[in-house]
Amino acid sequence: MSMSSDPMILLWTLAKILVIAVPLIIAVAMYVWWERKVIGWMHVRMGPNKIGPFGLLQAFADVTKLLIKEIIIPTNANRFLYFTAPLLAVIPALAVWAIIPFDNGAVLSNANAGVLFLLAMTSLGVYGIILAGWASNSRYALLGAMRSAAQMISYEICMGMALVCVLILAGSLNFTAIVEAQAGGKGLFDWFWLPLLPMFFVYYISGVAETNRLPFDVAEGESEIVAGFHVEYSGSAFALFFLAEYANMILLSFLAPILFLGGWLSPFQGWHLGWFSQPGWWWLFLKFFIFATSLIWLRATFPRYRYDQIMRLGWKVFIPISIAWIFVAGLFKYFNVVTIGH
Amino acid sequence: MKRVTEYLKSLLLLELAAGLWVTLKYLFKPKYTLRFPMETIPRSVRFRGLHALRRYPNGEERCIACKLCEAVCPALAITIDSAPRASDGQRRTTRYDIDLFKCIYCGFCEESCPVDSIVLTDILEYHMERRGENVITKPQLLAMGDRFEKSIAANRAQDAAYR
Ligand code: SF4
Ligand code: SF4
Repeated sequence: MSMSSDPMILLWTLAKILVIAVPLIIAVAMYVWWERKVIGWMHVRMGPNKIGPFGLLQAFADVTKLLIKEIIIPTNANRFLYFTAPLLAVIPALAVWAIIPFDNGAVLSNANAGVLFLLAMTSLGVYGIILAGWASNSRYALLGAMRSAAQMISYEICMGMALVCVLILAGSLNFTAIVEAQAGGKGLFDWFWLPLLPMFFVYYISGVAETNRLPFDVAEGESEIVAGFHVEYSGSAFALFFLAEYANMILLSFLAPILFLGGWLSPFQGWHLGWFSQPGWWWLFLKFFIFATSLIWLRATFPRYRYDQIMRLGWKVFIPISIAWIFVAGLFKYFNVVTIGH
Repeated sequence: MKRVTEYLKSLLLLELAAGLWVTLKYLFKPKYTLRFPMETIPRSVRFRGLHALRRYPNGEERCIACKLCEAVCPALAITIDSAPRASDGQRRTTRYDIDLFKCIYCGFCEESCPVDSIVLTDILEYHMERRGENVITKPQLLAMGDRFEKSIAANRAQDAAYR
């Protein structure tokens, strides 16, 4: 590679990053709108409907409001960590999108160790939360951070084990390869959700816990500890935490289909239904939409888990199931019960 | 056996699924939201909103400064001063203030008034922009009465049969 081409590569990479990051941020705004709409409908209300058509621009109005608000720094806060924390939360949440494939080949970096990168980035995000809680020098924030740390550690284990099951079956750490391993003539019955059904649920529920969403939002716990780790944050610093949380939710809604529901593969693959049997990005986005809406649905339905119940669910239910199913997955693989790829 | 079924029930998340089903049904129900400035609900003729002082058809103000309303007001929202009127020596109020922040809209003033002077109209959409505007004065109250006399009279006529 000659030196003269380096700026071009830099610009090209930057352009590719923007192509993913800007729609992601807009998707976050739209997702917030959709969440408020769906929760409103489930509460027999209408949700935002004043700003823009159907209230579509509501999220942008909120962002503008947040950005022009004053940032208040608690007197005894550790200023350096106080401002590092939101960045630590949002940077991994954006960086992880580098390895998410949207279609066969449509990926910023087709890393071979994609799953490892994913685990590394999602684990980094929790430091943002812990540091935010510690640096703001507030009891509520510290409590939220402690809860969040314990919860994330417990659920990361089950999540990792669910990923291990997928890896055993797919035989690869590369997301594109994982999706392609689910291809087959039986359409949706070739996907990994069937052999790994319990792990699919374990992964999804741990994902909800990892993103600090209801019913696992003890780290925020509005009614107990006000807003938990970000109680002392205002204005754009708070907006960054918000962005990170919603980017992570969108990430979860992309990963669950990629790992267990065949990503961009058609559920009718091999059923000879013409256009419907063709794989394509629209399938992934359709599955994403269903998962994203289901997260909202959970929030509208369930009250918050008690803290000890969360721990019990993580350690006494999910981890035993995960360990057992790793063996089952190994047996599936050894005896070639599951067909991998075409 | 019971413990096993209980365990399976919680493991299969049956109750959670039931909860999800309920919210899903509500998702499609017609919504109760009232799009307020564009839509309003029908208001009872007995609705107790903003106050007004009425006049007789000949233009004479009804209030005789008996101060019954001031005495009955449980929130001490009404303040009245009175003096003989310069033109004919009749007793009239020189000051009639209602503090809308104190008022609890109980309607006792209207009930107590012997000459149906102070009334509560069915107006509920009003606001104040500056400190002090919460105290409405006699000219303001009379103006309210002049402006809404038609609807005030109509509401009272409609309710008269039940009183
Ligand atoms: S409505 Fe009740 S509280 Fe208000 S001024 Fe009349 S008597 Fe007082
Ligand atoms: S408004 Fe009625 S009750 Fe009050 S002082 Fe006048 S006449 Fe008396």
